[in-house]
Amino acid sequence: MRLPKFHMPAFILLTTVVGAIIYALFVFAHVDYLFFAGYVVLQFIVLAIAWNILGGYCGYVNFGSAAFFACGAYTAVALHKFDGKIDDVFGDGAFGSALHAVFPLPIPVLIVIAGIVSGLIGLGTGYLTLRLRGAFFAIATLALAVVLQTLVVNWDFVGGSRGAYIIRPQTVPLIGNYIQYLFLLMLVLAVASICIARAIECSQLGFGFATIRDDELAAEASGVPTLRLKLIATTISGALMGMAGAPLPYYIGYLEPSSAFGLAYAVNSIAMPMIGGTTSWVGPLIGAILLGTLQQIATVTISSAVNLLIVGLLLVGFVIVAPNGLTGLVQDWLRKRKQP
Amino acid sequence: MDISADLLINAIVAGLMLGGFYAAVTLGISISFGILDIVNIAHPAFIILGCYIAYIVNINFGVDPIVVAIVMLPAFYALGAAIYQVYYFAFERRGQESLRGLAFFFGLLFITEVVLILVFGVDYRYVEAPYIGPTLHFGYVDFPLRMLVPCAVALVLFGGLQLFLSRTFIGRAINAVAQDQLALQLMAIDPIRIKRIAFAISIATCAIGGALLIVIQPVEPSVGREYIGRVFAICVLGGLGSLPGTLIAAMLLGVVESLTATFYGPSWAPAVSFGFLLVTLAVRPAGLLGRR
Repeated sequence: MRLPKFHMPAFILLTTVVGAIIYALFVFAHVDYLFFAGYVVLQFIVLAIAWNILGGYCGYVNFGSAAFFACGAYTAVALHKFDGKIDDVFGDGAFGSALHAVFPLPIPVLIVIAGIVSGLIGLGTGYLTLRLRGAFFAIATLALAVVLQTLVVNWDFVGGSRGAYIIRPQTVPLIGNYIQYLFLLMLVLAVASICIARAIECSQLGFGFATIRDDELAAEASGVPTLRLKLIATTISGALMGMAGAPLPYYIGYLEPSSAFGLAYAVNSIAMPMIGGTTSWVGPLIGAILLGTLQQIATVTISSAVNLLIVGLLLVGFVIVAPNGLTGLVQDWLRKRKQP
Repeated sequence: MDISADLLINAIVAGLMLGGFYAAVTLGISISFGILDIVNIAHPAFIILGCYIAYIVNINFGVDPIVVAIVMLPAFYALGAAIYQVYYFAFERRGQESLRGLAFFFGLLFITEVVLILVFGVDYRYVEAPYIGPTLHFGYVDFPLRMLVPCAVALVLFGGLQLFLSRTFIGRAINAVAQDQLALQLMAIDPIRIKRIAFAISIATCAIGGALLIVIQPVEPSVGREYIGRVFAICVLGGLGSLPGTLIAAMLLGVVESLTATFYGPSWAPAVSFGFLLVTLAVRPAGLLGRR
């Protein structure tokens, strides 16, 4: 697909304007359900684009999206719980009252902290496994989800296997309805991740990633610092996933390990880029909007298990029949039309 | 912590029996991932499929689950051959196995799990057999037959496959295809056929592994996920493609998991395998008895 070439500042401006228009339309429609459904679709856009930074650009498969996502969510829960424990831990001293001035942290701050934590986990996992063949990284991320879930289940502070309740305020100053606030945050995250993905594509970093994807050995031999690039990709990707997870406890109000670590997040964040196409940020965006909306409709009309089955079947069907996704199909079609 | 001797010995014995069973579950991965370089992360899903087939036949006709597994071997073999054929034409031939092949197997894993949930729900299912329940006692060491029988079956399966891979023509060809595909072609052997046979065998072991699993513990569709980390940890620790290494690693993991479960609580056991995996990858990626 040949898109018009914009310079980066123009691109950021354009996506921000599109985001603002979407928000205005949603506010204008004034249906709470739209915000709830839209939040989920936006969350998948962030997850899919984040996955694609490592998976699509570098060619390394991350099966642990749910782990990074849940890590962000549980960072938020832990900080929220910590707010209630300040008096028990520090008493009435100066430090305790200083903490009271800062806590409870606003969600944007939680998002940043969650991003840092998940990014560090990505960096650690990557450092241990990315020096080896790609398959090892994929396996390690699969196992990572199981282990982090084990840790959270055994961690009573964040509720353990019983889960944790988060009571969210009804309204927020300036914006009003709380779900509108969460929707706006996720919209900003989505716009930001699109811009980050596009900035990577246009930069030297993106070319470096592409050399890894195409032929890592040749890249290494010609002096591309492959390990460092892979670690950068893993960290950015993990951080974005964690950021997408941070507002989750406030969105659902009750977080338990098996829902936060659900396989649905992992399979969706792989299926969406695969179905949309993995070469640029457009693919995951299209895939996330299509699959996300489809799932919102299917969950309401059929059942949530059936909609997961649909995602699985679509994933397998697309990787076999259309390995370059929808954008690949469109590209092929345009090329054929040009040369009759 | 108070560690009494008989508790310790019982935990170690239980771990060894568990390890024998883990070896049977990992066998297939040792062949597909270790020898053929096919990262079949859907392997545990096929094991759960084996569980449910053993369960259906056992509940409806009262047939022993292990007998069911042996009868089902050809069906799983055919399934494995079919999957390899799809995998070969869609990914391996195009050189896309690293990204899309992985996604393909992940999709298979997911589909199998969701279909099982849709059909059977998330209730735990179990089988009935005469050896589930009684326990042998030697001194103060217990041998629950529920663990001892699967361990014995696993060791027989293990020995059989090791003999097959080292003594027969096809078995040696399977080892050869891992080392030099071109040389195999020059010997007028079709490497794709050999790989198909090997992959089909790896899936066939899932029938037995599944029956053993449902003898050991009640099963629900998402149990397989715990085994992903476990089987790959064992396979990597043992050394890719080395069956004796796999057996040693499986025993080791079984004992450590059993000790962890006994002294720290069973909810920590799944974390052990990941620790094994990470330490192995960081310290000695070739594993205990690796080929490279």
